[in-house]
Amino acid sequence: MKKLMFMLLAVAMLMLPAMVSHAGSLRNYITIVGSSTVYPFATVVAEKFGKTTEFKTPLIEATGSGGGLKLFAAGIGVKYSDITNASRRIKRSEFEKCRKNGVQEVIEIKIGYDGIVIANAKSAPRFKLSRRDLFLALAQEIPNPDGSPTVIANPYKTWQEVNQNLPATKIRVLGPPPTSGTRDAFVELAMAGGAQNFPWLKALKKKDKHKFKAIAHTIREDGAYVEAGENDNLIVQKLQADPESLGIFGFSFLDQNSDRVQGSLVDGIEPTFENIADGKYPVSRPLFFYVKKAHVTIIPGIKGYLKEFTSEKAFGEEGYLSDRGLIPMPQAEREHYRKVAAELKPILTPADF
Amino acid sequence: MNENSIDNLCSVTDTVRNGLARRYRAEKRFRWFGVCAIFLSLLFLVILFGDILSKGLPAFSQTRIKLSIFFDPDLLPADNLESADYNALVKSSCRKLFSEVKDRRSKRSLYKLVSEGAAYELRKKVLQNHNLIGTTRDFWLIADDELDMLMKGKILRDSTGRYNQQQLGWIEKLEHDGRLRRQFNFTFFSSGDSRDPELAGILGALSGTILTLALTLLLSFPIGIGAAIYLEEFLKKGRFSDFLEVNINNLAAVPSIIFGLLGLGVFINFFGLPRSAPLVGGLVLALMTLPTIIISSRAAIKAVPPSIREAALGLGASPVQVVFHHVLPLAMPGMLTGTIIGMARALGETAPLLMVGMVAFIVDIPKSFSAAATVLPVQIYLWADSPERAFSERTSAAIIVLLIFLILMNASAVFLRRKFERRW
Repeated sequence: MKKLMFMLLAVAMLMLPAMVSHAGSLRNYITIVGSSTVYPFATVVAEKFGKTTEFKTPLIEATGSGGGLKLFAAGIGVKYSDITNASRRIKRSEFEKCRKNGVQEVIEIKIGYDGIVIANAKSAPRFKLSRRDLFLALAQEIPNPDGSPTVIANPYKTWQEVNQNLPATKIRVLGPPPTSGTRDAFVELAMAGGAQNFPWLKALKKKDKHKFKAIAHTIREDGAYVEAGENDNLIVQKLQADPESLGIFGFSFLDQNSDRVQGSLVDGIEPTFENIADGKYPVSRPLFFYVKKAHVTIIPGIKGYLKEFTSEKAFGEEGYLSDRGLIPMPQAEREHYRKVAAELKPILTPADF
Repeated sequence: MNENSIDNLCSVTDTVRNGLARRYRAEKRFRWFGVCAIFLSLLFLVILFGDILSKGLPAFSQTRIKLSIFFDPDLLPADNLESADYNALVKSSCRKLFSEVKDRRSKRSLYKLVSEGAAYELRKKVLQNHNLIGTTRDFWLIADDELDMLMKGKILRDSTGRYNQQQLGWIEKLEHDGRLRRQFNFTFFSSGDSRDPELAGILGALSGTILTLALTLLLSFPIGIGAAIYLEEFLKKGRFSDFLEVNINNLAAVPSIIFGLLGLGVFINFFGLPRSAPLVGGLVLALMTLPTIIISSRAAIKAVPPSIREAALGLGASPVQVVFHHVLPLAMPGMLTGTIIGMARALGETAPLLMVGMVAFIVDIPKSFSAAATVLPVQIYLWADSPERAFSERTSAAIIVLLIFLILMNASAVFLRRKFERRW
């Protein structure tokens, strides 16, 4: 026992410096961070890329869009990630942080669209919502029904109170927490979109953006909106168990579970592949990834990965990413970004914001 | 007087007798509560295991399709076998099977029945045996995860599901011809992560776990035991030792995510160690398990009777000899138990690893301490979050593997204790 312990100790002592010195060597695989919405698509491309080329499979971490951009902006060198995925566009502040830390040349590539669906169990009747309904049902404060430009605390308990044509079931919506990009996009597209149906709110948006955001972007906290965590599978399961509630998640989960849940119509449009691709479905957003140009010459395989991602068989009309629920961009846009990926230009400039 | 005292005694025995029934009842009630508590916890355990087993066991088998593959020499040029189009072989044999399928769209949905992994399997076979080229052979090739789910009854066989009528017709015909069967899922144990559920395996996470835990053990066991011996046997009791003791106890209660933040700040940002590597994960988990090991080792040392030390000292042994010849061998079973329990806790951690980048999609199987790796609980988390239906059974299967690991570790703790334990 004693000998064993000394041996273990000796081995540990010997190994530590060896391992530490090894760490400094050059990284030979791509590291990618960022959005958990883009993650299911980026991982498919990475796996294909790793299997069909001589390069190693890129490593992909799902850190969320904001977390990813923070890691991405930290600096240049093998220590830092090469690519970050984002389910929203990079913000000006984030771009400036990149430049401050020496990340001068950033290339933006749009990969397609993602629809956010409001779904319920198949055993219940399908909802026909408008963005106005969603705003009135889920906002913390809503415009005074008497028409004056003031707000009152949201009094609605059932869908019927919001809109006579909706069923008289309790308002109960399962959705992602505030850290999620899906929630950001839902608030921005569905709720703020609905809020602009009120003329005085629309006017307010031009006059006082912060005040408008405080009304249109704040989700109620009295139990009608249930934060169900980042796991969309869980929301699907809960919807099945409780046919009276609605859930908010990404289109790919609706696509994979179309035998269990159905997407509600928003402004009369069903969330289908075609409708999102056409831009008819109102609650959809573009997905991006960002590349450090300086890393293309340091880390092997980045150009190949970009080529794979922007190839027609990946993000094209009938590509393998569309099988996973990514909504492709129109032909011309795809060709534009394919060119951007091949030539690594244009780089982002402050004028882009 | 005398009568009085007898009366008194009588009244005491009476009170005792009268209260007896109540006391027995109280005792019975208490025992009954105990039985209930045990029964309830067993019930929860059974529900948990039953749920995981019933969900996870189907993942150990996988649907395969029998296809007769013609190894077309035109498609397999001898100088380019590595990157030939093996998918085309699969596609042409699918077309042969259903010759009535003509239009592009139907063909696409036909090819979807077979996994992309089939092409990789054929590639492997051809590279192993060049003589296959030019021949026609029957192979049981891996089916798509959707078809697998359908065969396992997880997706209904009607058009509300993911398959259309045409595809369901093909599946029926395949079944009728005996071309579909389920067999043991070797892929699950022999490959790394994949975004195709039918190709995803646990091996990458398993070897990541082994590498990480090996490093954790290598660091935390000697350091923890050394610290415990010094604190217990050599350090003078006083303010300083009290201060240390309080701190160690506090450290054992610190949430693990804090150790992850520490790892990120110190090992990655300051020392520049690689992200996502078992090296950093092992260091972080070692820090996390150290207090547990120190505390349990100190308890084990304390349990060695002072008479042993005194006898050894009386026979002329030096303090170091006393510790290493007498105390340590007697305390070792307790120390090992503590270590294994600490390691078992480390085995189930994801939170600190999130911070050091080990929650990631990693396909290649890690072979060194600095290679990118992930661990079993992280793999479970990642699969639980995937949209594809077939991942849910793989999640449960991975949980089964993790539980087996845990049970083995805890069993070895019990075994070591039984084998080496001494009683006084």
